[in-house]
Amino acid sequence: MFSFELLVNAVVAGILLGGFYTAVSLGISVTFGLLDVANIAHPVFIIVGAYAAYGMNSAFGLDPILAGLLFTPIFYGVGVAVYRLYYASFEKKGEQSLRGLVFFFGVLFIIEVSLILAYGVDYRLVEASYIGKSILIGPVGIALRLFVPFAVGLILTLALYLFLAKTFYGRAIMAVSQDSLALRLMGADPIHIKTIAFGIGIATASLAGALLIIIVPVEPAMGREYIGRVFAITVLGGMGSVGGTLVAALILGVVESLTSTFSGPSWALAVSFGMLLLVLAVRPTGLFGR
Amino acid sequence: MKTTVRLLTALAIIVLGFLLTVVLENRYYFFAAYVILQYIILATAWNILGGYSGYVNFGTPAFFALGAYTAIVLTLAGHASLPVLIVAGGLIAGLLGLGMGYLTLRLRGVFFSIATLALTVVLQTLVINWPYVGGAKGINIIRPPTPPFFNNYVEFLFVVMVGLAVGALTVAWWIEHSWIGRGLTAIRDDEEAAECSGVPTLRLKLFATTLSGFLMGVAGAPFPYYVTFVEPSSAFNLDYAVNSLAMPMIGGTMTWVGPLVGAVLLGAAQQAAMVTISSELNLLIVGVVLVAFVILAPDGIVGLVHRVVKRKRP
Repeated sequence: MFSFELLVNAVVAGILLGGFYTAVSLGISVTFGLLDVANIAHPVFIIVGAYAAYGMNSAFGLDPILAGLLFTPIFYGVGVAVYRLYYASFEKKGEQSLRGLVFFFGVLFIIEVSLILAYGVDYRLVEASYIGKSILIGPVGIALRLFVPFAVGLILTLALYLFLAKTFYGRAIMAVSQDSLALRLMGADPIHIKTIAFGIGIATASLAGALLIIIVPVEPAMGREYIGRVFAITVLGGMGSVGGTLVAALILGVVESLTSTFSGPSWALAVSFGMLLLVLAVRPTGLFGR
Repeated sequence: MKTTVRLLTALAIIVLGFLLTVVLENRYYFFAAYVILQYIILATAWNILGGYSGYVNFGTPAFFALGAYTAIVLTLAGHASLPVLIVAGGLIAGLLGLGMGYLTLRLRGVFFSIATLALTVVLQTLVINWPYVGGAKGINIIRPPTPPFFNNYVEFLFVVMVGLAVGALTVAWWIEHSWIGRGLTAIRDDEEAAECSGVPTLRLKLFATTLSGFLMGVAGAPFPYYVTFVEPSSAFNLDYAVNSLAMPMIGGTMTWVGPLVGAVLLGAAQQAAMVTISSELNLLIVGVVLVAFVILAPDGIVGLVHRVVKRKRP
C-alpha cells in the first residue's frame, strides 16, 4: 500500500492544493487578520464566485479564471456595501465581535439558501481546455486542473503582497490594523481605509471561487467545509501575514493530501478542523504571530 | 410557598400536554410540536452559555448529535429504556461541554466560536468513519412498543419533550435568579473585572458549558426514536447551530423567556413555511429574521416589549 511514488505524488498534489488554499484564505487574512472583522461568511462569497464563473462559462463559454477576474469589481462593491452595513450596525456602537459574528452567520445562511433556491443542490462544473489534462514529470503526474489554480493563487498572493507593501493604500491598510488612532492623527480616515480593505478581501473571493470550480464541482453548502480551512490557515499563518498565509496553506494542503491518500478522503476535512482546534488551543498566535 | 406554586405550574403543563394527546386526533400536530419543543430546549441550553456569559457557541449540532448517537449506541448494545438514554445522552454531551469549558481558558470571543465549529466537524468525521453506528449511510432505529395510555409513540415522545422543555426552562429560571446567573452576567460584561471582584470565573464557565452541553444532549437523545432513521448529515446539521442561536437572539438573550418566545415564534413559522412553501425557504426566513434582529433590535422581542412598557409608565 505504501510506496515512495505514492508519497511523492501526494506531496506534489498537496503543494498544488496549498497554492489554491492560499487564494481562498487571502480574503479572510485581510478581513479577519488585519481588520478583526470575523467574516465567517467569506467562504460562501467564494461559492458565489464559483457560481458566477459557472454562469459565464455555461452561457458564453468564457474561461472561468477570466470570468473570476471580470467579477472582481462587482465583488468589491458588495464587500464595500457589507462593510458599510456592518460598520453602521456594530462597529460604530462598539459591539462588533459577537453580534457581528452572528450577523455574518446569518448572511452566510441567507446567501447559501438563496443559491439553493436559484440553482438547486446539484453539483455544477465548468469546462476549460486545461481541465482533464496532466503533465508527467518522471513518476509524478501534475494535473493541470490543480496546477492552474496553484499558479493563479501564487500570482494573487504576490500581487496582494506587493499591494500591501508598496502602495499608499496598502500601507494604510497595514497601518489601520496596527493603530487606527495613529492613522487618524496622520490625516487618513480609518473607516475609509477599512472599507477599501474589506472590499479587496471580498473581491479575492470572486477569483478564488473561479479556482474552486476548476478543481471540484461546486454545490451551495460547500462553503461550510471551507470555514475551517480558511480560519485554520489564517490563524496558523499569524493573522494577516500574507507570507504566513502562504506557508500555512501549503502545510494544510500537504497534510490533507497525505491524509486522503493514506487514510481515505473522509478524514481529510477533520484534519483541517483538527489542526485548527490544535492551533487555537496550543498557539493562538499562529506560526508567525505578531 | 412560591417554589411549590412553580412546581405545580410545571406539573400542570406536563399534564396538559398529556391531555392534549387524548383530545387531539391529528398526529401531525404532535410531529410539528416535537420539533418546536426540541428547539425550546436547544435555545434555552444555548442561552445559558451564550446569552448569560456571552460565549457564542456554534457547536450545538455536536452536542445534539452526541446525545442522539449515545442513544443509538445504547440501543444497539442493549435495549435501554428512554429515560436511561436521555440521562446518558445528556451526561456524555455534558462531558464534551466540560472539555469545551476548558477551551475558554485560552480562547475568547470569535476564536472560541470558531473552535466550537471545528469541534462539530471533527466529531461528525469521527461518526462518519464509525461503521457500528451506521457511518455515513445512517442507521435505522426501531421504536419500542408504545407505552400504555398513549395512542402512538410520537404522542408519547411529545409528552416527554414537554417535560424536558419545562425542566430546561426551570433550570434557566433558577440560574437567572441565583448568584450563578449574576456571576455569568459579570463574565459577559467584563471577564477581568469579574475575576478581580472575586467571581470564580473558571468554575462558573465550566458549569455553564457543562450544563448547556448536558441540555443539548438531552434534547438529542430522543431524536433517533422520533425520526427512526439517523444519518450524520441530519444529526450534525448546521441548521441546529443557526436556529439555537437565532431563537434566543430574536426572543431576547437576557431572560429565560427570550429563548422560549424565539423558539415558539421561529419554530412555528418554520413548520408552517415547511408545509406551505418549501424547506429551503423556511431557512431563508430564519436567516433574514436573524440578521434583521441583530441589526435593528439587539435585545430581541423581550427587549422591545420592555422598552414599550417603560415608555408607557414613565
